[in-house]
Amino acid sequence: MTKLVDISGLNIRFTGERTVYAVNDLNLSLGDGEVLGLLGESGSGKSVTLRALMRLLPKKRTQITGKVNVMGQDVLAMNDEELSSFRGQTVSMIFQEPALALDPVYTIGAQIAESVVRHEGKSYAEGRARALEMLEVVRIPSAKRRLDAYPHEMSGGMRQRAMIALALACRPKILLADEPTTALDATVQIQILLLLRELQREFGMSVIFVTHDIGVAIEICDRVAVMYAGQIVEQGTLRDIVRTPVHPYAKGLLASTIHGAKRGARLETIPGTPPSLAEKPHNCSFAPRCKLAEPRCLEQLPANVEVGPGRAARCVLAAPTVAT
Amino acid sequence: MSESNTSVTMLEQVEDVGGVAQPLLQVNGLTKHFPVRGGLFAAKRTVRAVDNVSFSVAKGETVGIVGESGCGKSTTARLLMHLMPCDDGDIIYDGMTVGQSLSLRELRRGMQMVFQDSYASLNPRLTIEESIAFGPKVHGMADGAARALARELLGKVGLRPENFANRYPHEISGGQRQRVNIARALALSPRLVILDEAVSALDKSVEAQVLNLLADLKREFGLTYLFISHDLNVVRYISDRVLVMYLGEVVELGPVDQVWDNPAHPYTRALLAAMPSSDPDRRTEKPPITGDPPNPIDPPPGCRFHTRCAFAEPLCANAAPKLTAVDTMGHEAACYMAIPGSGHSRAPAGETA
Repeated sequence: MTKLVDISGLNIRFTGERTVYAVNDLNLSLGDGEVLGLLGESGSGKSVTLRALMRLLPKKRTQITGKVNVMGQDVLAMNDEELSSFRGQTVSMIFQEPALALDPVYTIGAQIAESVVRHEGKSYAEGRARALEMLEVVRIPSAKRRLDAYPHEMSGGMRQRAMIALALACRPKILLADEPTTALDATVQIQILLLLRELQREFGMSVIFVTHDIGVAIEICDRVAVMYAGQIVEQGTLRDIVRTPVHPYAKGLLASTIHGAKRGARLETIPGTPPSLAEKPHNCSFAPRCKLAEPRCLEQLPANVEVGPGRAARCVLAAPTVAT
Repeated sequence: MSESNTSVTMLEQVEDVGGVAQPLLQVNGLTKHFPVRGGLFAAKRTVRAVDNVSFSVAKGETVGIVGESGCGKSTTARLLMHLMPCDDGDIIYDGMTVGQSLSLRELRRGMQMVFQDSYASLNPRLTIEESIAFGPKVHGMADGAARALARELLGKVGLRPENFANRYPHEISGGQRQRVNIARALALSPRLVILDEAVSALDKSVEAQVLNLLADLKREFGLTYLFISHDLNVVRYISDRVLVMYLGEVVELGPVDQVWDNPAHPYTRALLAAMPSSDPDRRTEKPPITGDPPNPIDPPPGCRFHTRCAFAEPLCANAAPKLTAVDTMGHEAACYMAIPGSGHSRAPAGETA
């Protein structure tokens, strides 16, 4: 599989009143036509990583080091002009709150048309035609009428469909999805997930899907990277991660989700709270909460151990499997 | 959690009047409509937020309410707490009607609520200790005793009072704030605690901690919970009985296992089928229903679900089906398909009751 996205040694630090080491030494790659899930709790750095891929973080207060390569282009070296043609055409993003992400003073049709005109140099009329086509692709009923609707005139699920239409209007190779179904009702969430799954296949896109919900990841991802305190602690195929997690945090996270837990039985929890990230981690960030912590966990940063083919965990207990 | 000395006095509980057999809370025909201001010449419209909702909560029980946004579950909670007046219906707390044999002040001691937004529901200018002690002081407890109680309760919810008592809400994490909210709710020694999406905003690992805590507190203080959530996994885990609401109405209720294993209403079935899979090899293939929940302004006539229901027949649009017993274990559903002899082609044949 060719690598569409290749991130290596990525560090993101926010400065200002206080310093936050949001992402630390992150390595990640995305293959062609692959759906990669970034799974983690709030503050684990998953959205920050996604935003760094599109350089959406505030310039003044962010320090980014490392390499971010998207389809052979160095994203961190792009100037503003290169960035603006890169965004929307090569990489596109959908957000958690479509009501905030869409422009409230333009109709849906105008917003999609604008993006087509800007990126593909087409006329406005052609842009409108593409907009109509896209609204049909995302299955918005009576699409023609919806072209002239403003975002506030639509329901939550419909707005999310419109945002997907906008993001895919210029046929990007990579779609970044930042918790796109979290704000939706259960019966609508599953519709949007299935729609994304279908469009991903139809368009042959690669997707990075950020979520905190393992159930959602199971529905859509091929591969999963579990994040904790700004680092990827484990990555591998969805099946491997769900069935046999290696890192104690991944294990705990899976155990504490309440799929079919018996009533009255105690839930397994991870004690304590995540670290503040006020300084760069120099040892295992999870050690203070880990049941299996040993003195050597606190001595240095655990190496990223290759546990199997395409599978790695950042834990001293992870043993590389020997091919038998 | 260690048993500490018992020098701390709690407020006395509102007396148990009716004994075990009497439901702690009885709700009959609860209704709340909000008028919507339209244009100058537009017809008057109303949001039927809660429409003729009846249920009861037994002592020591946990009742869950599930439904999507706009189904009226939070409005129901607010009506129960008398945070807003209801248009119609009775709320009977342990055999006593509020406003008649029970004052609002007493009701608030017997019933407390924890809200979803842990930050917005705490006064940012009070320390955590002051926030928890506030209620008991209003109810006549001396300042020193109330503060001692607050510290005791902080310990009970797993926050060390020496570390947390003097902090402000913005200085602690979401999970910790929700623990503070729970402690504050317990400060008046309530018998019923309404938890309105109390764990929904928390991360998964923290959510599990708080759910364990709720189970511990229930045992220790002999509490009864009304647990409102959109997360079906959590509701199944914590509830004994469950109410499923759709557009302001209860469409199905019963013991949680009965409802989960044999859902009688197509909406309940759709809700359950919409849960993301937990098995990578058995992903969901088809969405159970299409479209968004309709706007609760002027909901459709007849059965409110008929516009999204795959089994809708003409009779469904004509009149609303009533909650009807599905079995003998208290499982009821409001669907013509569950009512024998209703005239729906899928209704169970047999003698009409």
